[in-house]
Amino acid sequence: MADKKKAGAFDIRIVIAALIGIYGVVLTILGIVEKQQEIDKAAGININLWGGIAMLVFTALFVLWARLRPIAVPVEEDGTGE
Amino acid sequence: MLPQQSILRLDATAIDYIIIALYFVFVLGIGYLARRAVSSSLDFFLSGRSLPAWVTGLAFISANLGAIEIMGMSANGAQYGIPTVHYFWIGAVPAMLFLGVVMMPFYYGSKVRSVPEFMLRRFGKPAHLVNAISFALAQVLIAGVNLFLLATIVNVLLGWPIWVSVIVAAAIVLSYITLGGLSAAIYNEVLQFFVIVAALLPLTLVGLHKVGGWQGLVDKVSASPGGSEQMSAWPGNALSGFHNSFLSVIGIVFGLGFVLSFGYWTTNFTEVQRALASKNMSAARRTPIIGSFPKMFIPFIVIIPGIIAAVVVPELAQFKANGSGQVDYNDALLLLMRDLLPNGMLGLAITGLLASFMAGMAANLSSFNTVMSYDIIERYLIKDRPDEFYLQTGRIVTVAGTLVAIGTAAIASGYSNLMDYLQQLFSFFNAPLFATFILGMFWKRMTATAGWIGLVSGTATAILVFVLSENGVINLPGQGASFVGAGAAFVVDIVISVVVSLVTTPKRDTELVGLVYSLTPKQQRTEVAVAGDGGWYRRPVLLAGISLTLTIILNIIFA
Repeated sequence: MADKKKAGAFDIRIVIAALIGIYGVVLTILGIVEKQQEIDKAAGININLWGGIAMLVFTALFVLWARLRPIAVPVEEDGTGE
Repeated sequence: MLPQQSILRLDATAIDYIIIALYFVFVLGIGYLARRAVSSSLDFFLSGRSLPAWVTGLAFISANLGAIEIMGMSANGAQYGIPTVHYFWIGAVPAMLFLGVVMMPFYYGSKVRSVPEFMLRRFGKPAHLVNAISFALAQVLIAGVNLFLLATIVNVLLGWPIWVSVIVAAAIVLSYITLGGLSAAIYNEVLQFFVIVAALLPLTLVGLHKVGGWQGLVDKVSASPGGSEQMSAWPGNALSGFHNSFLSVIGIVFGLGFVLSFGYWTTNFTEVQRALASKNMSAARRTPIIGSFPKMFIPFIVIIPGIIAAVVVPELAQFKANGSGQVDYNDALLLLMRDLLPNGMLGLAITGLLASFMAGMAANLSSFNTVMSYDIIERYLIKDRPDEFYLQTGRIVTVAGTLVAIGTAAIASGYSNLMDYLQQLFSFFNAPLFATFILGMFWKRMTATAGWIGLVSGTATAILVFVLSENGVINLPGQGASFVGAGAAFVVDIVISVVVSLVTTPKRDTELVGLVYSLTPKQQRTEVAVAGDGGWYRRPVLLAGISLTLTIILNIIFA
């Protein structure tokens, strides 16, 4: 897939960003409408909200990375984090 | 693990199922997309040797981030506490760095398609056959463990019978590997890595908050039956099973670190295959080295939740105190998820576990099909057919391997601590393998006969130690028996190999170029400069140095 001709649509970074992004949106919405009972369950942290926001930030970074360094150029200083 | 269904039933709602379903849509989508790129057997088995290093590096980690890691290590965390980190900081990381710096040039440089194939070129057919068969056997056994745990989760979640869960889980993994081959497996492993982190990191943070931060955890564990020594890594007596602290340190460093982990990480084709799929020598060497960075932080999201579960979850705390109740250490993560996560995050956590077990099983199957097709079928059974034949064979072998794994899932269900079971397997297969490899790579005098006799006698030694400890002749609790078994297997393999080598005829030097250190010219061992491979952060040895330094610092902090 690192072949230049085939790459574009199937850049794994975009696929990862898409899935985590969808999760981020869903969890953030859940977090906003969260009931107090659920928050108490998680030791007082609204984990859906904060987790959702963190995933949206992650998505933005991955899309940015894919934009700045299009396929076929291996970039490895990133992607190991989280 | 059967009677606890009612206790462990997670309170999943529609939104959790949507999150899980989304993941499966992506997994199968990747399999479908990857299929378009598969046109030859090299594409199917080695991704056409085309992937960038960060992709193979994360896949390298994910391939191992299966049931063993997630459930086994959190179970160990709950039982033994912080000393479990040795599996990562003494075991995995140094071994991965060694693989990248020292051994990868021989694997990638010799253009072999599998680890057994390296064995074939260095030692000839008997050693190759021993290695290929024992590897294939180990993979289907371990695939069975992963499959069983995967089915357990589905069983807990949906209440389906275990056997239905096993078959459905197997069908999903099977479908994306047969579609897209190694590329599909690797891309899914990278995706799985992020999903697993997204699932376990929030669980860890909520758990830590619950016990009152790090200090709160230290206080709670010190007051628990585990005691304060469970919060420091060394000397780890409970883990190794040695009462003497000095012996314990030796056991961990030599048994777990040098023999078990080096054996596992440097010769296990499941992981090495990920590096062989990368696009050039530099990327191949960087694969395990890049992987070592996330690897050293995985204990924080796997072991720590296990430790937290043992002090926070009442049922598990009771089990740790007096061994009673309906739960055991393997349930640590599930219990913690049940008690702490709200719907939404709960769905994601379940997805993470499913992802992890599928990654593990997919990795086992994709390396199993390569060794079966290239090393056993093409080499010994059905020779000289066109490439499409072996591509098709690979797909059929994957189906057959899955069916066998369903059977081995039944074996796995009989053991309470799966980690013990897997450690035994690794000491059977990997410790002698590592001894043979390392001697063969650095001692050109070592002969082909020594190769297979050493392997067989080493494996026999490991099995002997296993039988002795099962019958109580050697009495070591914890993982001590595995450490001793692995150490003995290593030593016996080396001694027998040296003795046999001295009385048999070695191969000619010209046959060993690219396979033995002293006979391989330096330019063949190092990477050729490639455009786009510049930059200090792409130099394997420097990266390895940074990784090693970080690991040593972690060891000191948690000593």
